[in-house]
Amino acid sequence: MTILARPSGRPPALPRRRYWTRRTRRAGLNLLGLLVALITLFPIFWMVSTAFKPATEWYSLTPHPLPAHPTLANFRAVLDGSVIGLPYWNFLKNSLFVTLVAVLASSFIALLAAIAVARFRFRLRTTYLVMLLVVQMLPQQALVIALFIDFRSWNLLDSLVGLILVYTAFALPVTIWMLRNFVAAVPREMEEAAAIDGAGPVRVFWRILLPLVAPGLVATSVFAFVFAYNEFIFALTFLGTDTAKFTLPIYVQYFYGRNGADWGAIMAASTLFTIPVMAFFLLVQRRLAAGLVAGAVKG
Amino acid sequence: MAPYLLLLPSLALIAVLVLWPAVQLGVFSFQNYGLPQLAGSEPTQWVGLGNYSQILHDPEFWLSLRLSVISAAVMVPLTLVVGTLVGLLLSRLGRRMAAFVSSVSVLAWATPAVSASVIFVWLATPDGGVVDWLGSKLPHWLGGGPQWAGFSWTNAALPAYTLITALVVWTSFPFIAISVLAGLRTIPAELHDSARVDGAGSWRIFWKVTYPLLRPIFQVLFLLSVIWDFGVFTQVFIVIGELGQRDEYNLGIYEYATAFQLPPAYGLASALAFILTIVLLIVTVGYVRASVKEGALL
Repeated sequence: MTILARPSGRPPALPRRRYWTRRTRRAGLNLLGLLVALITLFPIFWMVSTAFKPATEWYSLTPHPLPAHPTLANFRAVLDGSVIGLPYWNFLKNSLFVTLVAVLASSFIALLAAIAVARFRFRLRTTYLVMLLVVQMLPQQALVIALFIDFRSWNLLDSLVGLILVYTAFALPVTIWMLRNFVAAVPREMEEAAAIDGAGPVRVFWRILLPLVAPGLVATSVFAFVFAYNEFIFALTFLGTDTAKFTLPIYVQYFYGRNGADWGAIMAASTLFTIPVMAFFLLVQRRLAAGLVAGAVKG
Repeated sequence: MAPYLLLLPSLALIAVLVLWPAVQLGVFSFQNYGLPQLAGSEPTQWVGLGNYSQILHDPEFWLSLRLSVISAAVMVPLTLVVGTLVGLLLSRLGRRMAAFVSSVSVLAWATPAVSASVIFVWLATPDGGVVDWLGSKLPHWLGGGPQWAGFSWTNAALPAYTLITALVVWTSFPFIAISVLAGLRTIPAELHDSARVDGAGSWRIFWKVTYPLLRPIFQVLFLLSVIWDFGVFTQVFIVIGELGQRDEYNLGIYEYATAFQLPPAYGLASALAFILTIVLLIVTVGYVRASVKEGALL
């Protein structure tokens, strides 16, 4: 079957043909890959390209892939807020504030829980883990009804603090579930050795555990970041009346609702909302894939 | 004591902001909770199973449930097939091409639901959208023709959900592809090689070697896809133009509209939300079982 079994005096015709079929197969696969990439990229490309087109071009009945006379007018309209009264920066600031605080809070709280679950055996451990799995599945568009009524009585409507609380709580199940594996992978002997050398629990945490769990924290932070940055239903429901408090997803949706026909400006707003998260994803792509596989596929 | 102290912050947050609202939802679903009760001007009354029987006799509920079920039944297999095919393709591409294709896929995955929805609405808009233009330029034997010029994709349920399906598949196939690829990497190459030497074609190899080995991954991906696609909200909300077109509501949107459109009927909406949750919990039980079987809880 293999090279060893082949008679030595064989003419070179077969290997050569094989060489060519392998080459054409390779070319075919590459072509297929290119096709998949192009189709996948097209909507993003079209968004960016439209954002640079003047109205006469995007409104044309025969669309062209690239703007013939690229313009920054759409971006200017979004950035100086001439369309809905408030500049893009206002909403970026809201989104970054909510997202960063929620990421920090959920990472820290999840790390504590992950240590408990990975390092201790206690009676309600399995119950807690199953609870996390079930909680993760509760549909947000269902819970939002009760949360809206609660937040109304707690004075947390139209408040970014309310959103931070919700984002932190809803990011926790997946974050704990993912971090658990990373904490479990840290060899216990290292912590014990440090403890024998006289390091207290706080020192062991900062000097041994935290550096070793850092890659896991990166993966879970990305998850929490993307969740909070993109979240739609809670923001839509809780930030109903105060436009100045809108986060970016609600801003883009509101912008689209108010300017249903100004596609140049809508695509500019959408580009400014999307590009940061894309850049972020590409930057951490490899870690993210590993973390998601560890977290999502394993549990 | 130590583990409970470490669990305390997460438990407190989840209990107050997730579990308690879930309990409240169950309670509201047996009450006549509306705007007067929210304002406190009228007392809350128990209505027994009143909300549920009203729902079961409501044709709009059945319509929205049907849309949710049918669209999930199309989206889930489509996403899984496309994602698996791309994952298999990625595993066979050269290193550089694979990196390129997977980076591009990650971009689609990273696109926020709001952006993706607005982009797809723009692609398919009747005035100047590229989809209708393409449809009108395609030759007849490919289904093209002048009837596509100015075709509205959002005025009726079928075209609207076709658009939403394309949108959902576009954003969610990369996750499937990357997970399948990660699974494929764990299969020793010798298994595929020896199957090929034995004369098995790609189709047979997938079903006889790859699929059985990756069954746990596919199980989890399937259940996650069902949960995501049955509960799809943001994309539908934006594509059908907020809460305007009642005949295009799926279950989640119908429940949300019942709660937040005037006059708000929180009790009735809670009953709808409870039904939605029960459907998803049934799927979740399958998900938890698959995870337990895989040993993730040990």
